[in-house]
Amino acid sequence: MTETTTGPDSGRPIIELDRVEKRFGPVIALDGVSGGIRAGEFFSLLGPSGCGKTTLLRMIAGFDEPTSGSIMLDGKPMAGVPANHRPTNMVFQSYAIFPHLNVAENVAYGLKRLRLDKAEMNRRVTEALDMVDLAGYGERASHALSGGQRQRVALARALVLRPKVLLLDEPLSALDKKLREQMQVELRHLQRAVGITFILVTHDQEEALTMSDRIAVMFDGKIAQLASPEELYRRPVNRRVASFIGVMNFLEAQLVSGEGDQLSLDVAALGRVDVPRSQAPGGTNGGHISVGIRPEMLTILLEDSDRSPREVEGVISDANYYGDLTYYEVQLPGTEALATVTMRNTAGRRILREGMKARVGWSPEAIVVLE
Amino acid sequence: MSARGAGGWLKTYAVVYLAFLYGPVLLLPIFAFNDSTIISFPLKGFTTKWFEQLVNNPVLQGAVGNSLYVAISAASISTILGIFAARASARFDFPAKRGIMGFIMLPLVLPEIIIAVALLVILIQLGLDLSLSTVILGHVLVCTPFSIAILSSAFQNLDRSLEEASLDLGETRLGTFFRVTLPLVAPGVISSLLISFTISLDEFIIAFFLTGTEPTLPVYIWSQLRFTAKLPSVMALGFLLLVLSLVLLLAAEYFRRRAITRTGAQGAATGGLM
Repeated sequence: MTETTTGPDSGRPIIELDRVEKRFGPVIALDGVSGGIRAGEFFSLLGPSGCGKTTLLRMIAGFDEPTSGSIMLDGKPMAGVPANHRPTNMVFQSYAIFPHLNVAENVAYGLKRLRLDKAEMNRRVTEALDMVDLAGYGERASHALSGGQRQRVALARALVLRPKVLLLDEPLSALDKKLREQMQVELRHLQRAVGITFILVTHDQEEALTMSDRIAVMFDGKIAQLASPEELYRRPVNRRVASFIGVMNFLEAQLVSGEGDQLSLDVAALGRVDVPRSQAPGGTNGGHISVGIRPEMLTILLEDSDRSPREVEGVISDANYYGDLTYYEVQLPGTEALATVTMRNTAGRRILREGMKARVGWSPEAIVVLE
Repeated sequence: MSARGAGGWLKTYAVVYLAFLYGPVLLLPIFAFNDSTIISFPLKGFTTKWFEQLVNNPVLQGAVGNSLYVAISAASISTILGIFAARASARFDFPAKRGIMGFIMLPLVLPEIIIAVALLVILIQLGLDLSLSTVILGHVLVCTPFSIAILSSAFQNLDRSLEEASLDLGETRLGTFFRVTLPLVAPGVISSLLISFTISLDEFIIAFFLTGTEPTLPVYIWSQLRFTAKLPSVMALGFLLLVLSLVLLLAAEYFRRRAITRTGAQGAATGGLM
């Protein structure tokens, strides 16, 4: 399917961004973004609306030029290269299916310029439609398609040209929840099958976590953190990233000492905690800091279990039962904020109610130190 | 209760309004087939001789030919100019855009007699002979704002990402225009052609001022009104023009609806006559 035979771990950059900046008048949309995207990986640009992720994608596609800085694609500088001469194809948020053409004509749109003979063209269109599970839909009018089918047509139309990079601009945002989850899995499989580099723009952190090899989290025109989903979830570099990805409990803390590889902290509600420096991925600037703990890394201990030094007694202020899980909001001593604790409702475990006392267990490994 | 009372008045109003609007028009076919040179009731009998007179009138046929030539030229030119202007205003931001568009649209509300006199003065100053070309020039000036108004809505309703998708798929800007933009605004283009054609066909003042020795149809009809004996055949001519207008209008609507079924919901907003 593609010339790229190397896997996502080869590390060869297909796209290199060097201090890319984009201004729209006085507004800075992108503020000096640098970084590399590896050949064959599923890469996501994740951030709230207005963070510059779509601007960056459009500049890679060639619809906009950076104000300064450079974009290299497969080793070639892209400055001044228009969209129709770039080896990238895009799946638009609105899908941009040509309404006056049927499904097969839509897919064949880009092939027309390659002046293939008719048999080869038909073969490639059929192959592309097969790939997205739309075999036999060629003669369908494009307005007779459902949202999910439109997206598949957009994918087939882009992939049939065998681009070096496929760009996806919030492709799942128009679909309902069930279809979206199904398409997440399918997109991931498709990417593995064709081996083409996918760059996905999304504001949905769950979508980015499930699909990507690596994610760049963007705020205010800058990349705040570029890491694998697991690293991003476990070791966010700052509070903003931490609260954007999933749910995070924050506790105030004081840095007591930070010699060698150990950090010694005095954490509200938890007391004295020693953690290795690797659990402070964003570094520390000393003094007053905060730590984060994910809700599922805290546990509510059973009443008859042995006492442990790693526990703190709190009061349940709210319990939300979700069948398989219960979300507890717990008031811990020495802190105003409520801590969220997620518990799996395993056999024999009692569901605690509002006002009951709860012993919350924690471990130093669950803690991430934030600046 | 009061709502029903108001509804009753509104119904009466609507009927009276429609009667005033279409009553006179209905007289055209009646007197076009009436066997009398005097336009009055009671009717004398059925005849088609007024239509025969039309067919045997070479001057009239010349005028029809002139009008068709002028209307087709003016419609084509103003639609092409309209495509340029509508696309530019829908796609790009440029300095003084609103002012420029405002001046282009001005002939829409400017009295035609002012345009006609101004053009006549300039043409005479330039030493140009009056001919059908000068009439076309004047009609383009009047028709272009209508073309722009119709085409602007077509271009504005066009999803910009469709053109970007075409570029992204390797097509050039020019190719994109012909393969994506033009087919999608086609209903607007056809509407613009038909409307401009209709406006030019029955435009009188500019044609009267700027025409040379070759009259257009309205100018010819006006010249015939002085002769009462010719009045019934003018009625017959009017009836034919009415039928032609209806056919054009229905054609415009047919194309618009066909475009909607072809392009789905997106075509529904690209403007039309009805």
